Amino acid sequence: MSAVIESHDDHHHGPAKGLTRWLFTTNHKDIGTLYLWFSFTMFLIGGAMALVIRAELFQPGMQIVEPEFYNQMLTLHGLIMVFGAVMPAFVGLANWLVPMMVGAPDMALPRMNNLSFWILPFAFLMMLSSLFMEGGAPNFGWTFYAPLSTTYAPPSVTFFIFSVHILGASSIMGAINVIVTIMNMRAPGMTLMKMPLFVWSWLITAYLLIAVMPVLAGAVTMMLMDIHFGTSFFNAAGGGDPVLFQHIFWFFGHPEVYIMILPAFGIVSHIISTFSRKELFGYSSMVWAMVSIAILSFVVWAHHMFTVGMPLAAELFFMWATMLIAVPTGVKVFNWVATMFRGSITYETPMLFAIAFVVLFTIGGFSGLMLAITPADFQYHDTYFVVAHFHYVLVPGAIFSIMAAVYYWLPKWCGNMYDERLGRLHFWLSFIGVNVTFFPQHFIGLAGMPRRIPDYALQFADWNMVSTVGAFLFGASQILFLFIVVRTVMGGKKATPEVWEGAQGLEWTVDSPPPYHTFSTPPEVK
Amino acid sequence: MSTYEKYYVPEQSRFPIYAATSLFILVMGAASTINALGQPDSMSKYILYAGLASFGATLFFWFRKVVQEHLAGLDSAQLNQSFVYGMAWFIFSEVMFFAAFFGALFYVRTFSVPWLGGEGEKGLANMLWENFQSTWPLLTTPDLGAAYTVPEKSMSFPGWDKILTWLPLWNTIVLLSSSVTVHMAHINLKAANKNKFNIWLGVTVSLAIFFVFLQALEYYEAYEHYGLTLNSGIYGSTFFMLTGFHGFHVMMGGLMLSVMLIRSVFYNHFKPDPHEHFGFEAASWYWHFVDVVWVMLFMFVYIL
Ligand code: HEM
Ligand SMILES: [Cu+2]
Repeated sequence: MSAVIESHDDHHHGPAKGLTRWLFTTNHKDIGTLYLWFSFTMFLIGGAMALVIRAELFQPGMQIVEPEFYNQMLTLHGLIMVFGAVMPAFVGLANWLVPMMVGAPDMALPRMNNLSFWILPFAFLMMLSSLFMEGGAPNFGWTFYAPLSTTYAPPSVTFFIFSVHILGASSIMGAINVIVTIMNMRAPGMTLMKMPLFVWSWLITAYLLIAVMPVLAGAVTMMLMDIHFGTSFFNAAGGGDPVLFQHIFWFFGHPEVYIMILPAFGIVSHIISTFSRKELFGYSSMVWAMVSIAILSFVVWAHHMFTVGMPLAAELFFMWATMLIAVPTGVKVFNWVATMFRGSITYETPMLFAIAFVVLFTIGGFSGLMLAITPADFQYHDTYFVVAHFHYVLVPGAIFSIMAAVYYWLPKWCGNMYDERLGRLHFWLSFIGVNVTFFPQHFIGLAGMPRRIPDYALQFADWNMVSTVGAFLFGASQILFLFIVVRTVMGGKKATPEVWEGAQGLEWTVDSPPPYHTFSTPPEVK
Repeated sequence: MSTYEKYYVPEQSRFPIYAATSLFILVMGAASTINALGQPDSMSKYILYAGLASFGATLFFWFRKVVQEHLAGLDSAQLNQSFVYGMAWFIFSEVMFFAAFFGALFYVRTFSVPWLGGEGEKGLANMLWENFQSTWPLLTTPDLGAAYTVPEKSMSFPGWDKILTWLPLWNTIVLLSSSVTVHMAHINLKAANKNKFNIWLGVTVSLAIFFVFLQALEYYEAYEHYGLTLNSGIYGSTFFMLTGFHGFHVMMGGLMLSVMLIRSVFYNHFKPDPHEHFGFEAASWYWHFVDVVWVMLFMFVYIL
């Protein structure tokens, strides 16, 4: 029985040859690979910008770059890491894994899938080209608050706005594709509550994406109109309000940070369960925790705006709502720990990254709780403490989970095992690098060092120096990561279909590497 | 496993990369054109036109291919279901786009304008422009028109005596009827009444065109006789952006319905079976969505 209908004669279902394979592909694995390599490239570019920032901050005083250029680096670094590195990496993982995990031959809408990817390189070309424009690149921070991004913005802001527009279109199409695949392409017997947690996490993430990316599009549209067509959304002289910008931005922005962490929750749950050789402690509580986090994420946005001058009732509401998120988050952390408890744990590289995730993400969660306390945030806001907080949840949080996922599934994808010794080396270098970089930022933040400034008072000098050393260590260890991945793709010990002892899920039932269209007939799900 | 026998995995396709490239040309052209608005001899607009043309052409051929695949029986009930879900989620994303603008409207009406006028918890803001008093519809600006052109009249309900010349009321009637007619078309299609389907769909498309005409008339009034422009402060900003994006969506929906009309009349597409007319049904969903947005607009922009 031929189950996959193809509108051409090629019945091997193999990839096409040459460059056109990547340009015209409709295959979820090819597109997943494109996303992942794109994301890694952006990670390196954004990382280089971070190193410019850290180099400038190595010592007090102005050393290397002009303040204007410093601001451009800061802005592009944030935008690239969020929209270019973390989000595409998760979409790439979803492409590779969701169809295999639900037992489908491919994504539901394969051509749109290709379009979602190929918009990204163009969008970032557009964004980066602003570096060479008159007035320089966007310099108003990744949160692009009005009026910095309207009245006082460089002309390149128009290019930034359109770039965000097409990035949003790409994300929405990608999210629709994931949702439809999950809702419509599951193998018979795969009920919702039997879905692997990574699939669940992406179902919720995709919903968040479709809900908030259009709001971001609305925000940049209002900016465009204010700048060029005389409207006054963000100008009090016309009856608007710059604070309105912040409300709209963070209505997008807070769900956005969960978009960057929910898939990580899914990944880590898989890995911890495999290497503890135990079922996950509480599957359904994990699902419900993710659902509650997603719902709550819509009603906490103004915790980014405590100091902007909101009515007291709003300050209180957003404080309590934010703290409430700690409950489902705690459920997840306890779940991971309980899964490991009395497991027969082995410490392969993915597990190392996953355990580091649990510990360091929790630190980030705690600093988040501190920031959620309104009166305390009046002290912490816009200091390096905030920078430390979100880097703890994003780097050893989101980024570590992505690296863990790559080590965990790479043998499945390419059929070769990576070098375990090098993998562990990469882990330890990254682990030390991240903590040396970001832990001291808690101290200088609490001591009052403001963020987004290229120079600082002398008393912050020591810890800044430490932080910069850590950043260069972390940056350099990612070259090792590149080396390990390339070497594994080129060859190495052959991987078995199971790859890991005790790994659960449909993706481990097929060969490594899997056939081009994984399931041409739906698998049995018990 | 009958429904799963026919997974449809399309072969490689050039459409996506063409679409991405032309979208890139389009937005580069748009951004350069807008940045060069003061310089009439700038060539950027030709980049914009090229982008628009190539993007439109790509979409046309892409959709044509999807229709052809359907007619050739390559797709499956499952793929059809994917389109159904896909369209529903797309409409949800549009809902959220409008939510941003409605949110802005509610925010300025409940918070920023009253605060600027000295009312409420943050009434301190009044010290920026002490002579400003908060009203809605706001026919002035806090800076009392220093940087803006202040309108003479708003678009709100003019009173019962002038109700028959009040365009938004006619717009509402036209659009609500068009939702009914498109539904009539659907009923007739399902009853295999192809002729009546075409007629009702034709009526819907005409109503769509009529709506756009009335809307254009209203904008003309606003600009020429009311002094109400994009530059009239936050009332003009929210009014034009909300009704403008709605009007744009009416045009998109009207375009979709016209394509369906052409497909039905000239190519005899669509059959009573739901699997055989999802293109039309998707367009009609979109049309109902546009209608609901208008009802919200009518309430919150024009009446309340
Ligand atoms: C327990 C969970 C969390 C809580 C209670 C929390 C709380 C907060 C608060 C109150 C702020 C604002 C601080 C200020 O500006 O003064 C903040 C900033 C931030 N958080 Fe979290 N957070 C949590 C988890 C996360 C996660 C999971 C992520 C991303 C993966 C994240 C990313 C960010 C970012 C990017 C910022 C700074 C944005 C900016 O101003 O540039 N947070 N967080
Ligand atoms: Cu937040």
